[in-house]
Amino acid sequence: MSSRPKLIANVNRKICVACGTCVTQCPKSVIDVWRGSFAVVALAQCLGCGRCAAACPIGAITLRERVKSEGETL
Amino acid sequence: MKKKRWYDYLWMWTILYFALGFYNILFAWLGMIDFLVPLLLAIFWGNKRFCNRYCGRGQLLSQLGVKMKCTRNVATPRWLYSKLFRYGFLVFFLATFGNMIYQTYLVGSCATTLKETATIFWTLQVPWNWAYSRGAVPDWIAQFSFGFYSLMLTSALLGVIVMALYKPRTWCAFCPMGTMTQAICQYKSRRSRPPQS
Repeated sequence: MSSRPKLIANVNRKICVACGTCVTQCPKSVIDVWRGSFAVVALAQCLGCGRCAAACPIGAITLRERVKSEGETL
Repeated sequence: MKKKRWYDYLWMWTILYFALGFYNILFAWLGMIDFLVPLLLAIFWGNKRFCNRYCGRGQLLSQLGVKMKCTRNVATPRWLYSKLFRYGFLVFFLATFGNMIYQTYLVGSCATTLKETATIFWTLQVPWNWAYSRGAVPDWIAQFSFGFYSLMLTSALLGVIVMALYKPRTWCAFCPMGTMTQAICQYKSRRSRPPQS
């Protein structure tokens, strides 16, 4: 059984400017901009690599611990 | 590694645009594409696909910042992406755009004469007369070109400055087109339920 990464990207929707920088950086293409409003991450597929967080110009993306309901295999 | 698509090379368009405007100011009108396409996408399709995929300026800043490391890559100050600053800058940008249209109208109505200058940072008048032969087109068309090129050049320079000081795409945090299209998209999707993630 393969284990999912423990960390996942977390978007602060209140400050996200929906520029899409994270979308272009994501190696798995699991980030999209929802209706031009904010970035959303497909949590189950997120690698937790942190590239999106590093590229985000305003620090709207951080990495956090994955919880069970988000698909971690324990 | 992700497969490159045609729109991943649009950063070249930004360089080409400024080069063409240096050669002939009338090419400045092509900048209207960057002005109208994001608005049309936001108004009719409710998305920011222009910012997300097709913005040549954003891509150029990424090229300079990420690939060429011309950035300090430090956190953007909070005030630069605060709602107050973003919308304040949008209002300022729209006011300068309105003033540019008014200047075009004044030249068109013969109230003033054509100024063959590029105004950088809203105050600095730089001679740009090599890029235009008087009489080639009606003066108002040339006046709009000089005004619009000035606006594009000023915002591009601002983008490069904040890229060097902070993160490659810090400009996107307060880009007036980005702010305007996000506001349109948020309004259009106000009754939709956002996804959970």
